[in-house]
Amino acid sequence: MTIDLLAIILTLLAALLLARPVGRYVASAFDTEKRSGIDKLFAPIERTLFAIGGVRTANQTWKQYAGTVVLLNTVMIVLVYLVFRFQGSLPLNPSQIGSMEPTLAFNTAISFMTNTNLQHYSGESGLSYLSQLIGIIFMMFTAPATALAVVIACMRGLAGKPLGNFFVDLVRSIVRILLPISIVAALLFLLLGVPQTLEQPVTAHTLSGAEQQIARGPVASLLSIKELGNNGGGHFGANSTHPFENPGALSNTIQMLLMLLLPTALPFTYGRMVGNPKQGRVLFVSMAMIFVLFLGVSLANEYAGNPVLSGLGLAQDHGSMEGKEVRLGVAQSALYSVVTTASETGGVNTMHDTLTPLSGMIALSNMLLNTVFGGVGAGMLNVLMYAMIAVFLSGLMVGRTPEFLGKKIEGREMKLIALTLLIHPLLILAASALAFYTPLGQEAISNGGYHGITQVLYEYTSSAANNGSGFEGLADNTPFWNITTGIVMYVARFFSMVTLLAVVGSLAAKRPVPETAGTFRTDNALFGGIWLGTTFIVGALTFFPVLVLGPIAEFLTLK
Amino acid sequence: MMSTKRSMITSNIALQAAKESVIKLDPRAMIRNPIMFVVEVGFLITLLLSFVPDAFGGAMPRWFNLTVALILLFTLLFANFAEALAEGRGKAQADSLKQTKKDVPARKIAADGSPQMIAANQLRRGDIVQVLQGELIPGDGEVIAGLATVDESAITGESAPVIKEAGGDFASVTGGTRVVSDEITVRIESDPGESFLDRMIALVEGAQRQKTPNEIALNTVLMSLTLVFLIVVVTLPFFANYLGMTLEIPMLIALLVCLIPTTIGGLLSAIGIAGMDRVTQFNVLAMSGKAVEAAGDINTIILDKTGTITFGNRMASEFLPVGSHRLAELANWAAISSLHDETPEGRSVLELMKRLELPVEAALAVDSEWIEFKAQTRMSGADLVNGQKVRKGAVDAIKRWVLEQGGILPADLDEKSDQIALAGGTPLAVAVDRELYGLIYLKDTVKPGMRERFQQLREMGIKTIMCTGDNPLTAATIAREAGVDDYIAESRPEDKIAVIRREQAEGKLVAMTGDGTNDAPALAQADVGLAMNSGTIAAKEAANMIDLDSNPTKIIEVVSIGKQLLMTRGALTTFSIANDIAKYFAIIPALFVLAIPQLDALNIMRLSSPTSAILSALLFNAVIIPLLIPLAMRGVTYKPLSSTALLRRNLLLFGLGGVVVPFLGIKLIDMFVSIFL
Repeated sequence: MTIDLLAIILTLLAALLLARPVGRYVASAFDTEKRSGIDKLFAPIERTLFAIGGVRTANQTWKQYAGTVVLLNTVMIVLVYLVFRFQGSLPLNPSQIGSMEPTLAFNTAISFMTNTNLQHYSGESGLSYLSQLIGIIFMMFTAPATALAVVIACMRGLAGKPLGNFFVDLVRSIVRILLPISIVAALLFLLLGVPQTLEQPVTAHTLSGAEQQIARGPVASLLSIKELGNNGGGHFGANSTHPFENPGALSNTIQMLLMLLLPTALPFTYGRMVGNPKQGRVLFVSMAMIFVLFLGVSLANEYAGNPVLSGLGLAQDHGSMEGKEVRLGVAQSALYSVVTTASETGGVNTMHDTLTPLSGMIALSNMLLNTVFGGVGAGMLNVLMYAMIAVFLSGLMVGRTPEFLGKKIEGREMKLIALTLLIHPLLILAASALAFYTPLGQEAISNGGYHGITQVLYEYTSSAANNGSGFEGLADNTPFWNITTGIVMYVARFFSMVTLLAVVGSLAAKRPVPETAGTFRTDNALFGGIWLGTTFIVGALTFFPVLVLGPIAEFLTLK
Repeated sequence: MMSTKRSMITSNIALQAAKESVIKLDPRAMIRNPIMFVVEVGFLITLLLSFVPDAFGGAMPRWFNLTVALILLFTLLFANFAEALAEGRGKAQADSLKQTKKDVPARKIAADGSPQMIAANQLRRGDIVQVLQGELIPGDGEVIAGLATVDESAITGESAPVIKEAGGDFASVTGGTRVVSDEITVRIESDPGESFLDRMIALVEGAQRQKTPNEIALNTVLMSLTLVFLIVVVTLPFFANYLGMTLEIPMLIALLVCLIPTTIGGLLSAIGIAGMDRVTQFNVLAMSGKAVEAAGDINTIILDKTGTITFGNRMASEFLPVGSHRLAELANWAAISSLHDETPEGRSVLELMKRLELPVEAALAVDSEWIEFKAQTRMSGADLVNGQKVRKGAVDAIKRWVLEQGGILPADLDEKSDQIALAGGTPLAVAVDRELYGLIYLKDTVKPGMRERFQQLREMGIKTIMCTGDNPLTAATIAREAGVDDYIAESRPEDKIAVIRREQAEGKLVAMTGDGTNDAPALAQADVGLAMNSGTIAAKEAANMIDLDSNPTKIIEVVSIGKQLLMTRGALTTFSIANDIAKYFAIIPALFVLAIPQLDALNIMRLSSPTSAILSALLFNAVIIPLLIPLAMRGVTYKPLSSTALLRRNLLLFGLGGVVVPFLGIKLIDMFVSIFL
């Protein structure tokens, strides 16, 4: 156990050490004012791409920026939908996999474009290599690149600069950040034994003489961007529990570092871009505190094991091993479950359905809050929204109209934020209520009672937070689940991007208010505390009643 | 300075407010406050259920439904009462103002010069009226002839009459005030219904009260939270049904009402009205709530030096003999020249003598001829019976006078007079015939306490700029002495506008005071323009606040009131939202504990039973509103501190307090309620 904890501490320490330099790198990669070495290296590639695409690179207004985001993403969804629908007749399909059913294709296309990667199909048997490459891997780059672009545009706006151009930011995200890092990571994974091939599955003859098809494919390339881009969709249905997708302790650690890399870096990027590094640091520390608290609860519960099994006389000395990979163990599984939900990646190395009730609740809570780092870009957007709510509610207590980064927060901004605040609980609770109401939804629940509540809640929360991990155990590949989760994912993703771009656009148009001794400070520990309080009371307490009926009731009745 | 004539809440107002709070239950009025409207809908449903308990298939007993309905009714009444109470003070004041307006006769002077009695409400702009001793002035206007003392207490509350005369800055009169002595002829400047009194009545009555920008923004957030909790409560039965539980409708309504921010929702408009009212009670008339809110955001205050920062009258503070003359000699002559001098400067010379305990040879001045100050000569004094001529006045004027008579100027004269100017003072020279004795150091004294106040303002992040017509040297000295951040010397009216624009271009909000017609453009340009009631009509129309006491220093207090208004809103919002934690822990276990007994572990307050827990939480929710009414009316105590210090204090009080108080309160109520259950 000591070694396990030491491994966790070292992993988190490594993530901590990487966050600041990566954050600064991201900031300079998107700096359109100063030319740096990064520009010398990448600008020619980008210029060529813009020339080929005939892209105009002028600054956009918030409306143009948001419009481009939604339109381009929707076009990509349609294209990939068509690829999935006709993959049976398209090339690169050595295993002769058939075309996808419409609702599943709808769900899958949205799922990958929204950075969710809720996989209602099973990876290795549901998609042709063509679908994997131009459907899945293509979107695994463009989806996080979209969110990264949007959050960078917001940061520019908050800094009082023009928002920039979505095409430029999208291409920069991919060329300067996602591609270089994922190439290095893919090579590392190759070294650790992850396959990368377009050959058909291997046929193996077992000792008992049976014939077995062992699936393989372009796994290493997918794996790196799956984690780095907080995508989470695995090549294999079993995701990172599969030995080809997660051969051992080292690959497990690298995966977690990749998941945390951009989400933890963005607060520092933010601090640098808006010219207030302290504020970025305060937000980072606040999020890190929730993360550590959640990890502690999760670990304690997993180590404590399952009281029912103890009652049956089964030893729980190593904690709750149900649903876990023996080669990874309790600590690495619990850590992975917290990391994958905090970063809204959604890859799994353990079955979340089998987590002890409170650890399951922690995974769920990460997604309900969606502000414990959160997915690339999208998480930071949420964090900034809560920062503005915190400023608005308690900023009044210093006797001034609340200001955020020198801009007054007034009616128009609060209207947009109020709408955004509404959408997360509305999507999760209304969709879950619908699922409980119709037999179409209820039938999918494999495990009744309180656990069933958690299964359904988890599925929609994972969709709304664009996480994509499943609580599994839910028979979700039905038209009902495909369509409802598809809608939830799409709305959750783009609604808040548009509203928050609108907020930033509105703030950017205001004249900055000079900072004085009377200004509400947003870069000290006190503000960190207020941010935490707001996030918990406004964000989390909303879900307290349903959490009581789900994991908390399960925990209290599990004897 | 603050007038205390306006009474605090009387039992009459409270009674009226109690009536109003019932009238305000009208859903058409209620819907303007969506949070309380939700409570009203909850009330109506539970009321129905208390007569037909199984209307929606529920099984809750009649008494429980009725109790919930009653508690909700009182929650509504309490919120309405808060609003009515806040409005009440203004209404009472408006009523007394309306008394002043009633049936005033006016003596209109027709074109042919003949007087004609008509009713005041028939007067039009441009009409000429004559007002005799003891009569009420029938409308706002400008004195065009005569001089009178006018009692303005009906409007300002100040009983000492003021002098009004034709021409200059004391020519404007307000309708409804009374001429105490003499008579004046007034040109009416307002049409019926648009007079100052009309506007004042409308303002204090709150008839045209519009929600302020910050109030609208806050309301949006509160509505959003209400909707979030509505979603939570509406979807909850679907989760529960899946588990085979039935959630009773009154229970769900109780949960909803407890979670939505009813505390701040019920008090929000009362806070706004009370904030305006505090300004009014402070004898400042704010033209809109927006102006009061803007006052809280002020970054820069522009203040006139004379009358605001300093007393304005230059006082003798020192005698400086020149050449071979001694102090006592100089002082004696200075005093003799001032014996008949009624100007503040002259009197201050005699006061200084007294203070320094110097003797005056008053006998010398007996039967002397008094020479008055004239702008041409710029000196005054006396021609004594013995033929000596004593003069005191501007240094260069006295110098010329002495030289004309063939006198010689002492060598150290210029040096000493420059010293005085450098130190921010004004030198007066004293001479007798050909002999120049020395200088009187006239000093413009900074009002006591101003320095400390500017220091406080600095800590609040507010910059002060002093405007003065003085030369740069004098201005710099006073600025240093008073501790203002910046000054404009030799300032002309257009300089003020330039400074305001410069500050506004940096994103700052600027406040200023003024009274003259030439201040009007600047008053209009400033975010908060406070005009003096004694000032001209143009100034009063350009400003968005009028100080009825005509005390320019009050701008500083107005800023505090604006801040206090915003703080009170923020504090009660924080308190209201923080309350939710305890309410969750009271209601959620109560809601489910019958179906899942293990959930009793969440009943951390150890409330005695599910029904008692729900009723206690609801009762707390209702009772906290009247308990907070005094705070909403009075406002959170405001101390000029830095933002971080203020925030820490308020957060501790209202944030942490908001978390802890309901735990204690609900537990206490539960102990009481459980006796009856």
